[in-house]
Amino acid sequence: MEKRVTFKGIWLPILLVFPQILITAVFFFYPAGQAIWQSLFIPDPFGLSMQFVGLGNFEFLLSDPYYRASFATTAVFSSLVTIVSMAVALYLAVLAERLIKGSGTYRTLLIWPYAVAPAVAGVLWLFMFNTRVGVVTWYLGLLGYDWNHVLNEGEAMGLVVVASAWGRISYNFLFFLAGLQAIPKSVIEAAAIDGARFWTRFRTIVFPLLSPTTFFLLVVNIIYAFFETFGVIHTITSGGPQQATTILVYKVYADGFVGQDLGSSAAQSVILLVVVSILTVVQFKFIERRVHY
Amino acid sequence: MAQHNGMVEKRGAGLWLTHLGLIIGVAFIFFPIWLAFVASTVEQQDIVRPPMPLLPGDQFFENYSRALTSGVNAPVARMLVNSGVMALGIALGKIVISLLSAFAIVYFRFPLRKVFFWLIFLTLMLPVEVRIVPTYEVAANFGMLNSYSGLIFPLIASATATFLFRQFFMTVPDELAEAARVDGARPMRFFLDILLPMSRTNIAALFVILFIYGWNQYLWPLLITTDPEMNTIVMGIKQMFPSGDDIADWPVIMATSILAMVPPIIVVIGMQRLFIRGLVESEK
Repeated sequence: MEKRVTFKGIWLPILLVFPQILITAVFFFYPAGQAIWQSLFIPDPFGLSMQFVGLGNFEFLLSDPYYRASFATTAVFSSLVTIVSMAVALYLAVLAERLIKGSGTYRTLLIWPYAVAPAVAGVLWLFMFNTRVGVVTWYLGLLGYDWNHVLNEGEAMGLVVVASAWGRISYNFLFFLAGLQAIPKSVIEAAAIDGARFWTRFRTIVFPLLSPTTFFLLVVNIIYAFFETFGVIHTITSGGPQQATTILVYKVYADGFVGQDLGSSAAQSVILLVVVSILTVVQFKFIERRVHY
Repeated sequence: MAQHNGMVEKRGAGLWLTHLGLIIGVAFIFFPIWLAFVASTVEQQDIVRPPMPLLPGDQFFENYSRALTSGVNAPVARMLVNSGVMALGIALGKIVISLLSAFAIVYFRFPLRKVFFWLIFLTLMLPVEVRIVPTYEVAANFGMLNSYSGLIFPLIASATATFLFRQFFMTVPDELAEAARVDGARPMRFFLDILLPMSRTNIAALFVILFIYGWNQYLWPLLITTDPEMNTIVMGIKQMFPSGDDIADWPVIMATSILAMVPPIIVVIGMQRLFIRGLVESEK
């Protein structure tokens, strides 16, 4: 796609793209290059010089049980967040779509958690499940269940998953609702006339026709769970207990800023870079929606 | 049978079940926020002796004024201003630089055009979370720690906004540019008088999305603002929790959480139509 009619000039357009290119170079490419460069070195104990270790940092990382565990944690965490938030959103969207009147009201009521920051969502859920004052914790105690996400790894994971998925339901709901509304009514009515019940219609017609939306949401939710849930983890568990909720992004932060292990943190950044690149390529290859080039 | 269960439009019991299902969903979404609101209107005593009440108390003004004027580390009013400056700076900055670069890429033929396009495209693959340590070092070297420019500039480059405007410019009829050229209008005249007014809706829709994006940033402000006076509200909440065994000041923390949600929620609800449009378009 190219414009047929263009303006003349070379310096003006370069001046126009300059601000974006400058910011991109300074805050994107230079730091990314630095990450790649630093990942090849380890600083000496006094931080005075850097020793070239080649791929040593990577070899060390990939054989480090904590790092491997963090990979597994991230896989579990992002799958759960994606499944929970998409399942709830699809359920609500199917219900809302069935209404002739009032679906707009429900949409208004359901979309605004989109505006709640992951970190704030974390604080809200932490408050409900706080081991001392949490309301849910207290009622669970009445039922004889002793909730303690500070000590119990499974409960910690459950809490960060629900808090992360909760804020994401709105987004998925909007896309599912739009996708459902785009399915021609005539197709569904034809099936209804043939006697197909709701569940049969959903399984054989609606869900397959919805698959572009579902696939798109699958990819963006995984990206969300990987990179945008830092706030939830940091506010609720700080990666604990025993690193049970240390996802990859949290580990880059913990090792780089808290642990000051720059070589390792840089190598982790590079690995994440590869992960984002793969996810972005998948997003484009299979969805091909954001850009048409 | 098929008549009763199979109709596409539900009536009677089915209709009520649909409403019931949706109401349960809405309740699940609302409950955490409701609880935070209740906690922001009661006394500390009501919270630390569980179970806390489920209906609002009478301490609304006390708690909110205490949060806004003194907070825990810094007055929350100050943090709201910081968040506002950051969110507006990021949203407006992204829109301006993206409009300019999309205009250049669509309406001019110049050396390195394709290279620039791909450079911008690649930034999609570099979220802050991936390059935090080196980006922090760059910001530190520029003396941007604890400053608004440090909060805004590193987050301002946006491939998404550039692509959105590029896509939109491609749909603008060529005749308009043709006419402008015949009239001898300079490119920037065409940009300001024709292209910009035509992009109004797109700009507004994108503004909603970017404002929320900026307001809700967490990791970046956490790294570069060590001075409580420069904290943003979203990252400042966590800083209000005491370290060790002290009991958190829950009413003030929850009042702050509610205050942190209000501006983006107003933007989403108030500009709902634009918001949905912006969301769907920017993900296309």
